[in-house]
Amino acid sequence: MSQEIINADVKGAQSNAIKCLNISEKKVGLFVTCLVNTMRPTVGFAAIKLLEDAGCTVDVPESQSCCGQPAFNSGDDEGTRQIAYQTIKQFEAFDYVVVPSGSCAAMIKKNFVEVLKDQPEWLARAEHLASITHELLSFLVDVCDFEPSGVELEGSYTYHDSCSGYRSLHVYEQPRKMLANVKGLDHRPLHGHSECCGFGGTFCVKYSDISNEIVAEKAENVLATEADYLLGGDMGCLMNMAGKLNREGHKEIEALHTAEVLAGLAPQILGGKNASK
Amino acid sequence: MQANKPENFYQNVKDALAQPDLKMIIRRTTDKAEAKRAEAIANFPGFENARKQGQKVKDHTIKYMDHYLAEFEKNALAQGTIIHWASTAEEASKIVLDICRQHEAKKVTRSKSMLGEEIGLSHALDNSGIERVETDLAEHIIQLAGDPPSHIVWPAMHRSREDVIKLFREYHKDPTYSEEIIDLVRSARRDLRTKFLTADIGISGSNFLLADSGSSCTVTNEGNAELTITPPKVHIVTAGIEKLVPSMAHAIPLLRLLTRSATGSEITQYITFHNGAKRPNDADGPEECHMVLVDNGRTKMLADGMEEMLRCIRCGACMNHCVVYKHIGGHAYGSVYPGPMGSVLTPHLNSLEVANKQTHACTLNGRCEEVCPVNIPLPKLLRSLRAQSWDKKYEPLTNRFVVKAFAALAKRPMLFQWVSSCGVIFMKLCSRKGWIRSMPLAGGWTRNRDLIEPESKTFMQQYKAMKKAKSDGA
Repeated sequence: MSQEIINADVKGAQSNAIKCLNISEKKVGLFVTCLVNTMRPTVGFAAIKLLEDAGCTVDVPESQSCCGQPAFNSGDDEGTRQIAYQTIKQFEAFDYVVVPSGSCAAMIKKNFVEVLKDQPEWLARAEHLASITHELLSFLVDVCDFEPSGVELEGSYTYHDSCSGYRSLHVYEQPRKMLANVKGLDHRPLHGHSECCGFGGTFCVKYSDISNEIVAEKAENVLATEADYLLGGDMGCLMNMAGKLNREGHKEIEALHTAEVLAGLAPQILGGKNASK
Repeated sequence: MQANKPENFYQNVKDALAQPDLKMIIRRTTDKAEAKRAEAIANFPGFENARKQGQKVKDHTIKYMDHYLAEFEKNALAQGTIIHWASTAEEASKIVLDICRQHEAKKVTRSKSMLGEEIGLSHALDNSGIERVETDLAEHIIQLAGDPPSHIVWPAMHRSREDVIKLFREYHKDPTYSEEIIDLVRSARRDLRTKFLTADIGISGSNFLLADSGSSCTVTNEGNAELTITPPKVHIVTAGIEKLVPSMAHAIPLLRLLTRSATGSEITQYITFHNGAKRPNDADGPEECHMVLVDNGRTKMLADGMEEMLRCIRCGACMNHCVVYKHIGGHAYGSVYPGPMGSVLTPHLNSLEVANKQTHACTLNGRCEEVCPVNIPLPKLLRSLRAQSWDKKYEPLTNRFVVKAFAALAKRPMLFQWVSSCGVIFMKLCSRKGWIRSMPLAGGWTRNRDLIEPESKTFMQQYKAMKKAKSDGA
């Protein structure tokens, strides 16, 4: 063996050791989000599995609720503050807070500080929470340098970049990079991949008919890719697009949260669905 | 077409969505605008820097508005320009009408100005019996059709070529029977040329007011501003006070941002700096020049912490990229200013009570802010208007009740968890074959889409059970 290779080996082993050392220190609090909690618990379990695979210790504080977006986006600042106080108390002691949703993560990272700007003590705590909070998919890549291995899924996917994740938190490359490691899965680019799907939280019920026009167009773009799976990182957008596709009778495409695919849970979800049909 | 009222926003939206071709007609313009802007930005590597620079120029001028307004007035007066100050829309249009009456004007030409629309000048002129000639091609079209503008850059975008052919045949003295665009343009030109030369007064807007010279800059593609301003004896400029910049050197970076963001072009056909009335040795130009500087809510915006909105250079990029605007069009907003920028401006020009529904007609997706050439945080401003509207209790009671109930639950996590698990049971009861097609209290959702069937238990219930099983096992 040449000296060069030995050196490279030693270097590799060192960097792995450093990585492991750092990873073992990551105590993560999982902020589940309302939609994952009620509509799609699998995403929460997928998140735990991925975080543990990436070397984190995961805890889920049982006394958690919502990030406060419905109140914040409706203009109810006092309601938002009440929610922010208890979220800060629940999560500030973790090394990291991870959220399987771009919009809920952005709420905690960017908007708590806005409603608490006149309360110096809470503001400092909100700023600390903001600094340790991450959206799940970007956390796995940017902080954990995680690469999924041994995951297989036959077929093709197209990707919808949810607005908050994409614009506020710059989540774009990370999910695609991880999905490239899923064996058998091809990417079909989506026309207007970062254009809003019309969900917008309370917008989609307040202005249901405008939202419908927007999601109808999104559904057309999704169908044009002829992909088998529609993936994304936010349950709200996924439920909106999947709900529209189903209403229009399109059963040929399945909407899944990216974490579900990366954690290898897709076959189980799809199998369960087929059984219930 | 009668102008919509902002307070009737829900009905306006319904009407807009019921128009079968509207979306296609809008997209013909906005898709092209979006593509051309993207290309122009890609070919302008300094865009991000220019944006920061543009923002700085605007912020600086707004911060020292009092200083620059005084400087502008001093320099404009030195050129012989007559300066008028108007604090409201009514005052501004009255000043313009008074000047017209003083000169016994029978015919006035106007080059496109959104401020002119904002102060209701079209109606004021029409009501006073003065012949008003809109000289911008798109404004000419909507004047013939009797429509309000539907976009701040392309006010006639809601009209199809077929509409234009019909209108021109009906109203032009020497109409064309060709359907080619070039022939239609020539038809409009024939109609407008004589009017340019016979108008008593020319009224223009302004894209920039230069403080150090007292001049006003217009940006057009048709040369109609020049023809509006030069031949008549009197020139009146109406401009919002936020159009101010310190000097020409400060206007240039903003011009580079404006043309690229609006139409995707590096520069427009005509950019002219107008320096007041004709001087003794000038070959032509107006004998008298008036400038009406309009506040109409702008200083109040400054006082109310909405100063970022005063950066706006009226490029229209925010509406071209807005998913809501693209589906409902400009008229639905019931304001001269539609789309994201309009939803922030209208509550200040009109009132928040009347125009608060528009602030909610936004998914807060952030695309408008992303394309804004002067980095206006439009979603943040819209959200802050929602907060003001919440404090003033303008929202429908049911909305307030639902949000308040939700917030009250969310601050009690254990109760929140319990209600969530009840919700899951309820949803399961409404599900069939993996989907919910309709459900009490969820009509807003299920009217247009299905809802996925949840799992039998919430995440928290499953997680707790799993943890308990683990600890029992251990």
